[in-house]
Amino acid sequence: MDRRDFMKSSALVGLSTFGAFDLVLAQSTGPIKIGLMAPLTGVAAAGGKEIVEGFNLYWELFGKKVGGREVQIFVEDDGSNPDIALQKARKLTEQTKVDFLIGNLLANTGLAVAEYAKSNGIPYFIPVIAADDLTQRARIPNVIRIAGYTASQTTHPMGDYAYKKLGYRKILTISQDYTFGHEQCGGLCQVFSEHGGTIVNQLWNPLNTQDFSSYFAQIQAAKPDAVFCMETGADANRFLSQWASFGMKGKIPLIGSQNTTDQSVIRNLNDEAEGVISASFFAEGNPVPATQKFVAEYTIANKQLPSVFGFTHYIAAVWLAKAINKLNGNIENRALFLDTIKKTTLEESPLGKPVRLDIYGNPVYDVFIRKVTKRSDGKFWNMPIDSYPNVSQFWTYKPDEYMKQPAYSRTYQGIKKA
Amino acid sequence: MTLKNHYLLISFGILALIGGFAPLFAESYFISLCTLVLIYAIFAMSIDILAGYAGRTSLCHGAIFGSAAYMAMYYVTIFGGSPAWAFVFGILMAIAISLIFGVLAVRASGVYFLLLTLALGMIVWGICQRWTSVTGGENGLRGNIRPEWLADPNHFYYFVLCIFILAAFMMWRFVSSPFGLGLKGIRESESRMRSLGYNTTLHLIMAFVVSGIGAGLAGILYAFFNSFISPSSVSLTQSVKGLLMVIVGGVGTLFGSFVGAGVLIALENLVSSFTQRWSFVMGLTFVVTMILLPSGIVGRLLATKPS
Repeated sequence: MDRRDFMKSSALVGLSTFGAFDLVLAQSTGPIKIGLMAPLTGVAAAGGKEIVEGFNLYWELFGKKVGGREVQIFVEDDGSNPDIALQKARKLTEQTKVDFLIGNLLANTGLAVAEYAKSNGIPYFIPVIAADDLTQRARIPNVIRIAGYTASQTTHPMGDYAYKKLGYRKILTISQDYTFGHEQCGGLCQVFSEHGGTIVNQLWNPLNTQDFSSYFAQIQAAKPDAVFCMETGADANRFLSQWASFGMKGKIPLIGSQNTTDQSVIRNLNDEAEGVISASFFAEGNPVPATQKFVAEYTIANKQLPSVFGFTHYIAAVWLAKAINKLNGNIENRALFLDTIKKTTLEESPLGKPVRLDIYGNPVYDVFIRKVTKRSDGKFWNMPIDSYPNVSQFWTYKPDEYMKQPAYSRTYQGIKKA
Repeated sequence: MTLKNHYLLISFGILALIGGFAPLFAESYFISLCTLVLIYAIFAMSIDILAGYAGRTSLCHGAIFGSAAYMAMYYVTIFGGSPAWAFVFGILMAIAISLIFGVLAVRASGVYFLLLTLALGMIVWGICQRWTSVTGGENGLRGNIRPEWLADPNHFYYFVLCIFILAAFMMWRFVSSPFGLGLKGIRESESRMRSLGYNTTLHLIMAFVVSGIGAGLAGILYAFFNSFISPSSVSLTQSVKGLLMVIVGGVGTLFGSFVGAGVLIALENLVSSFTQRWSFVMGLTFVVTMILLPSGIVGRLLATKPS
């Protein structure tokens, strides 16, 4: 959204405050109002900006009209804070009267808004909120993770790959000490240890760790076959650059969660991340034409390669548009709308393969094993080197049985003792 | 009765009228904002008891607010208790925490009091952040803990309004009682009060607990309102937010806290519709207030009226 659009939508919000738009637009003919929430200030601001860019890219490319109705997007800043996110969700729902909510980045903001959506019934879509239980043990019917992923969805295959293909037997994990980290680590640990691998140690660093040197000492002492690193944002930057400058790079193999080598991280680094292997459903270096078309369009519009934040919200927009078209714009029946979204399969997704949702409202993807590789122009990106087809949030487990085990946490990592 | 009091009474009356009938004409979003203003007004008033009347500026009220909210939330969602008892336990939690904090903090005054309460508040925040098995860590606790008869936003608004009026009246009675005058005396000169035979330490601890009950009450209502509590509601920012409301409205005016809460929440929620730089606008507002209205909005209004 450029500044002018932003001013326009802001002015609309302002005017509606004073009741100028009170006649509100007989249903099904007026504009479709979308409430997009993203952290534009606070710790997650960088990712938040890409959320808005990714979501808007679709509407800029294909026009702000769908199912015969005009589309209005109302952007609100959640301030990286759950209390503010809740207030903004209330405002968008009750005052702006949006048809549905989408967005948020940090798990706690998403959980807060999900709780509100539960009480209110408004459809809420969460392309980056990865908290496992939102589509597992604590499902909310009107909260759907279109284009998103659960935290452990991509680390389950990572554990499998590390044991079977990379041949590691002893892994040490280092992860940010919060739910997203616990869940990502848990996915890897469970699968890896079930195959017979050993988790030699698990280190948990607080968010915003400035200095990783003390962890490196522990890592060297443990002598693992490889280190699994789960860091996001600035922590990932610091970890990778310190890993290289302490001479650990090349000595002990490093594998990562998808956020550790996300484009938002490696675009700020030189060759520190080169060669790191991670697992994700999105690899910006995937040579299939559909992905490269998206990458090219995104790069032209935003002057940088897409990260997972921009990508997921772009797909979310594609998904929504397709479902709304199916309904000819009649999304006022929320139950029908949610049902249509769930039954919509994206044949022409930028992933080059059809994407569908499982019955719990979480996408089923091919998960790529990716390697950070240098492009000819000197930039780095994630190239797929292997893939696991149709990975659901439950990996190879039966959903019912899987959900009987506790959610991954710092104390429960699913580790099977040999 | 002085003119000042007349003035206050009339504005109270007008506000009560608006407040009482708001749900009849306003839409639900406005009502939820009003509810939030009332909750924060209780919170800010509780801070004002200490800051304005005892001359002790606290930075740990966010922690008291939050721990009461956590208690209520935990009791209903995890323990499975009834919301009514959650109220009681929340208040007890606030009393316990503020008693401990009070005993530790009232020895100091001025900037030392500020730092001590800051540290105490950070401890609670740290516990909420790290004790994942109980507090849910970063993700917090969530779940609808409102009883059936409060499910409707308008009913809940009236409920909060009633509690607000009750709490405001009680706090006003508290600060204008001989005990409250004693507090003012301590603010002006603690050594003189001591030499007059007052047990100033006990006096301050009691004031701290009363103020803590107010903060706890606000916290419980907040948990009822949001169906969600996370460490951000316990953090320093929360304490500072309350303090800013007091300062904008006018320190030592009690009623000013209500005005301050209204201004701050309006800024936070309405300005953000117009610009992404809303926090900048808020910061600017504080600076301007500090320069032009150092005694706060209500403080200034009261000062211009001859008493």
